[in-house]
Amino acid sequence: MDRIKKFIADIGWPRAIIALFLLSLFVLAPFVNVRIDSSISDTLVRFGMNGILVLAMVPMVQSGCGLNFGLPLGIIAGLLGATISLELNALGFLGFFTAIAISIPFAVVFGFGYGQLLNRVKGGEMMIATYVGFSSVAFMCIMWLLLPFRNPTMVWGYAGKGLRTTISVQEYWGGVLNNFLSLRVGEFFFVPTGTILFFALMCLLLWMFFHTKTGSAMSAVGANPEFARAAGIHIDKMRTLSVILSTLLGAIGIIVYEQSFGFIQLYMGPFYMAFPSVAAILLGGASINRASLTHVIIGTFLFQGILTMTPSVINSMLQTDMSEVIRIIVSNGMILYALTRGVRVKSR
Amino acid sequence: MKKREAAFNLKRFLMANIVPIIFILLSIFAIPISQFSASYLIQEMLIRLARNSFLVLSLLIPIIAGMGLNFGMVLGAMAGQIGLILVSDWKVIGLPGMALAAIISTPLAIALGWMCGAILNKAKGREMVTSYILGFFVNGLYQLVVLYLFGYLVPIRSPELVLSRGYGIRNAVNLLGIRNCLDYCIPLTIHGIKIPLGTFIVIAVFSFFIIWFRRTKLGQDMRAVGQDMEVARSAGIPVERTRLISILISTVLAAYGQIIFLQNIGTLNTYNSHEQAGMFAIAALLVGGASVAKATLPNVFVGVILFHLMFVVSPMAGKYLIGQAQLGEYFRVFVSYGVVAVALVIYEWRRARERAYARRMFRGEA
Repeated sequence: MDRIKKFIADIGWPRAIIALFLLSLFVLAPFVNVRIDSSISDTLVRFGMNGILVLAMVPMVQSGCGLNFGLPLGIIAGLLGATISLELNALGFLGFFTAIAISIPFAVVFGFGYGQLLNRVKGGEMMIATYVGFSSVAFMCIMWLLLPFRNPTMVWGYAGKGLRTTISVQEYWGGVLNNFLSLRVGEFFFVPTGTILFFALMCLLLWMFFHTKTGSAMSAVGANPEFARAAGIHIDKMRTLSVILSTLLGAIGIIVYEQSFGFIQLYMGPFYMAFPSVAAILLGGASINRASLTHVIIGTFLFQGILTMTPSVINSMLQTDMSEVIRIIVSNGMILYALTRGVRVKSR
Repeated sequence: MKKREAAFNLKRFLMANIVPIIFILLSIFAIPISQFSASYLIQEMLIRLARNSFLVLSLLIPIIAGMGLNFGMVLGAMAGQIGLILVSDWKVIGLPGMALAAIISTPLAIALGWMCGAILNKAKGREMVTSYILGFFVNGLYQLVVLYLFGYLVPIRSPELVLSRGYGIRNAVNLLGIRNCLDYCIPLTIHGIKIPLGTFIVIAVFSFFIIWFRRTKLGQDMRAVGQDMEVARSAGIPVERTRLISILISTVLAAYGQIIFLQNIGTLNTYNSHEQAGMFAIAALLVGGASVAKATLPNVFVGVILFHLMFVVSPMAGKYLIGQAQLGEYFRVFVSYGVVAVALVIYEWRRARERAYARRMFRGEA
């Protein structure tokens, strides 16, 4: 009994409850005529779709900038890349990588500015990040209307200008990663191998980065800024670099998300996108000043698992759609839990 | 020497009031373009002052206690809405209906405020982001209650309130019974402009309450806690309790504020009204020149007028300027988020500079 208690204390109550909840959903599924194989397949697809967006939390948390509520900024860089690649009529894998290539300079510039801003507001990063995200999304709403895009599949038909709210990428580079080396067993089971491989590649690159000299310096800044300063590490530079990395991963993440989802969502679409990613990494065991790749992988799987399973299982059980409410309570409850814990006062 | 000081003060004044100044300039630019008549704008501003001031007032007390902008005021707004839903189900109309809604929402708001205060005491130094997420979290609970339990555990008799499936409240609740009952309970019209005198009287009473409250023992304790928690603690002030009470008062006031807001509008948007309440109240307060650490009554009223002036004017200005009303719409969304971002950045920036200055003083380099 003591061992169970200690185990639960180690992984944290909310995490244990949610993991058990997910497990019970999988157990219940066959009894309410929900196919396990299609559920697992859906979970895998969503896992690949959202993984990199969750990964975008890691650099900033590690360097002590807190949870990246400003993820929409990175997403905007990705959206710019995606829309411009469509404007260039780039197809298939070429289109997908064109989108990423175009989004990189945007992400670096945005991330640099955002990093400079966050360096001046140490201690209040998270609230400001949230509002930087919101205001940049709102600003881009204006820009999507005004930017001179011409591709007829993207702009409003009657006006001939101003981008649509959702743009299909199906005929350009929709599903290129999902279908790459994909595995299909029977009618319901599908593994998006390409997307998961790409996610694994990103994880590997980030893992390698954190084992270089710069990477470990970055972690040191987050773990103990005073010590890092004494060791001769340029704190502000490391923090800026981490913000650029996070923004960049956000940009790549949204492009991967779009190729799987099939649509680009503009205007208010990216508005709340930071919250599911924040919740996912916290669910995986990260705190507001420590996050690892394991946290990303476990967290994304748990969170997306719940998102996939609750609608189907709960709906067949109760005959109502409670998934949205459960999603709100679980994700925000998780963030709330993390914010009220880990009260290690940051040295300033 | 003197001259330099004066120049410095002017710069300081501009820096301190940069947000309201930008808004005044924007309004001067946008009002002529929008082609609205003066009497229309005055009427509109009076209505919006009556509608929003009380909600903004509810933000003041946590700022005194050093807890920043209380994004958790949406909790109070939700309590107020539950009161209104029940009152419109029981068909109590007019001022008694409003009073009953306030009475129902009070215990709810106290419970929610207590919870919010207790949670924020566990997240010192991160109050704003925590209260912000708490708002989302309680929004989930609110949806659970209103969408699933109302009409199922809580009896709702009026079929026009309930979704066709038999439980859960509809998206829009008509508040015709209490619409404008407070605003125009004392009819007054000057030059064809209707003045919502009743609400103004309530707002004035609560402004005096806040002035009075600041001078009480509790109010002074809150100021001390807001200045420095450790010093306040060693002076024998129960820090946690004082902070909790400040949030509690704010939540209850927000509940009343939401009831006043919705009696002016006349329809309750069951699942959206409260979300916007917090956002717009905070933006309005900051537009009025308040900061995260300091807010006064003039900030409230100047802020409501300037913010909503822009709100009314910008879609039309966008339409005449570029030919798209949608553009002005997005512009005002951008401004309402941007202004909060700017205010937060200025506040943290200043705090970082003060910390650096204190460090230099400590080393004796000043």
